[in-house]
Amino acid sequence: MTEKEKILGRIREALTVPVRLAGAHHGETAIRGAVETPRPTSPTLVGRGVPTAPVTDPPNANAYSSSRARAWLPVVGESFDARLSLFKKNSIELKAAFHVLNDRHELATSLCSLRDEEKWKKIGFHSGELTNEAVHALNLPSCRTDQSCNVADLESCDAGITECDALVAQTGSVLVTARSAGGRALSVLPPHHVVLARREELIADLPEAFALLKTKYGANYPSFISFITGPSRTGDIERILVLGAHGPKKLTIFLL
Amino acid sequence: MKAFAEQFKQRAWRVTRDLRHREIIQTALRKYEVVRDKSKAAFQDWQAARQAASETKWEAINHLDKYLLEFVEKLEARGTKVHWASTAKQARDIIFGVIREKKARSIIKSKAMTSEEIHLNEALEEAGFDVVESDLGEFIVQLKKEAPYHIVFPAMHLTRGEISELFARELGSAPTDNPEDLTMIARRVLRRKYITADIGLTGANFAIAETGMISITENEGNARLTAALPKTLISLLGIEKVLPRLEDLALFLPMLATAGTGQPLTCYNSLYGGPRQPGETDGPEEYHVVLLDNRRTELLADAEQRDALHCIRCGACLNVCPIFRNVGGHTYGTTYSGPIGSVITPHLRELQDWKHLSYASSLCGACTETCPVKIDLHHHLLQNRRNAAKQKPSALEKFAFKLFGFLVNHPAAYAFTKGAGRLAQKLHPLVKGTRLDPAYSWTKTRDLPPIAKQTFREYWKSRNTR
Repeated sequence: MTEKEKILGRIREALTVPVRLAGAHHGETAIRGAVETPRPTSPTLVGRGVPTAPVTDPPNANAYSSSRARAWLPVVGESFDARLSLFKKNSIELKAAFHVLNDRHELATSLCSLRDEEKWKKIGFHSGELTNEAVHALNLPSCRTDQSCNVADLESCDAGITECDALVAQTGSVLVTARSAGGRALSVLPPHHVVLARREELIADLPEAFALLKTKYGANYPSFISFITGPSRTGDIERILVLGAHGPKKLTIFLL
Repeated sequence: MKAFAEQFKQRAWRVTRDLRHREIIQTALRKYEVVRDKSKAAFQDWQAARQAASETKWEAINHLDKYLLEFVEKLEARGTKVHWASTAKQARDIIFGVIREKKARSIIKSKAMTSEEIHLNEALEEAGFDVVESDLGEFIVQLKKEAPYHIVFPAMHLTRGEISELFARELGSAPTDNPEDLTMIARRVLRRKYITADIGLTGANFAIAETGMISITENEGNARLTAALPKTLISLLGIEKVLPRLEDLALFLPMLATAGTGQPLTCYNSLYGGPRQPGETDGPEEYHVVLLDNRRTELLADAEQRDALHCIRCGACLNVCPIFRNVGGHTYGTTYSGPIGSVITPHLRELQDWKHLSYASSLCGACTETCPVKIDLHHHLLQNRRNAAKQKPSALEKFAFKLFGFLVNHPAAYAFTKGAGRLAQKLHPLVKGTRLDPAYSWTKTRDLPPIAKQTFREYWKSRNTR
């Protein structure tokens, strides 16, 4: 017998014992949750004097859908403006820079002033409609992750410029994947991560983000998906916040 | 074995007297409480969210075979090699096998309590490999050759001065008392390691059955670099990490953050679904996932305490526990400390060796109340006590209860104890605090309130004869 079979065997044996319902504490009994086809129970193992319920197959899967979570998670307004102001507020708390721009011309000037301010000498990017334009405007030596670009090359970049899948208003997060943001390293290795997002990419909350992932990639998910919520940080020394622990010290988000 | 209990007592005695140490811990946890309360308050209904999280984990754990198989099938379909390990040794052997096959020398690790559980670092170091922890707190305790103090805040017991001294000694850096400078020293040292490491090793916070992905939550970006740069990646996780659906994370990610560090959401919440896929620009060429049982199936078989497998290792129960806050993390001598550690360690190791942890509790229930997945922690401590006593009854306790039973059933004998008690209390100061005191272990840190001048029976008698 393989270890896999042994472990699964032990699990199945263990699960023949019925168990108290979810979230019930000692002395409490029933709570919500449908009870359907019970598993066979082994009489020798029953009877530890606990209020029990038979182990059942999952109740109606809809009961667990993420839209249900929306009722408990932090509130997000309905309108675009409400989402925008919430994302702004979260960015400030997270110490991320968030700029709303009117057009691509403004993007070019904002990026160039960032370049001059921080004295960028080299940038990393991936090919994309917005990123290509940005890199063209910056006119700097660059390293494109979707062409040949090794780790040492990318590490020497002053900034990594990526697009994204979504901005999540509820948490101030940037949703990236290996496909939308030029791989795994581009958005974490250079000291400054610059995100270029479109208006329609600003979404309300986490349930919407997961629904989006499912519709966009459901058939073939990228091997890497990440919610980036502010610049890299640590509190490991006396619980004092320090930015730029291992990832970017700065996160700048431009919304077009 | 008495040795572990004795060790616990000695360490607890030392730490509870170290006021400086206690101050450090209390200050850190007060900071945590402030932010946690703010994040909790942002939820529209925290209690309903806890119930839902509990139901979701219940569903996953009570159909563990089904969801594990789904998880593994999805992972394997995209080129991940999945390994199953019944014991800690098997898990270590699997990891060594991968390392040897790749002829690797250096390993970069991101935080994984499961790797502490199987004592991986010691084994790797002993075999001559270069293994580096990349989480700042873990890096610090590794340099200090200590175990993590807390499952989420590994170096919370150290001050910046101590860390500066440690870095100066081990890394040759200039002393500084600025946490930012200290962080940058570690950043520079570890940057080189990421780029040169042959193998990356991570833990996991969740395993998503529906899509075959591993979810890793972190603040620093060290796990992201670990999963991005080395050519071979290994993830080690307990079989209980499974969640049924991808969308379950919409609830679990913010709850883990709020309960764990008090943040609304942790900085990086990343999902890994395999090695580098066709058309992708980077990522490991090979991905190995090691699933660890290590007696979790025994805990699964205990219907009363099965919900302890719902644990998402957020550390919230440690943070609120009056025992943890006063005896500190190293006193436990276990991988998992605090209430959850006291509950599961007797299952993962031996009940008789670790039952003392279940007595190191005031049974106040703060752990149960704070647990984001509603594990019935303080009742499980009581159940451990009961199970231990059932399995190996104590003659002394049996005698004590027999004696008590006799006394309360015989009024004359009971009346005699009153007089004897008063006399004994008068004589007690002569021996209090010395080993001659028969109740030494109890009275060395406590005072007995004086026995009343008049007992209730005496009062009742005098009232009726008036």
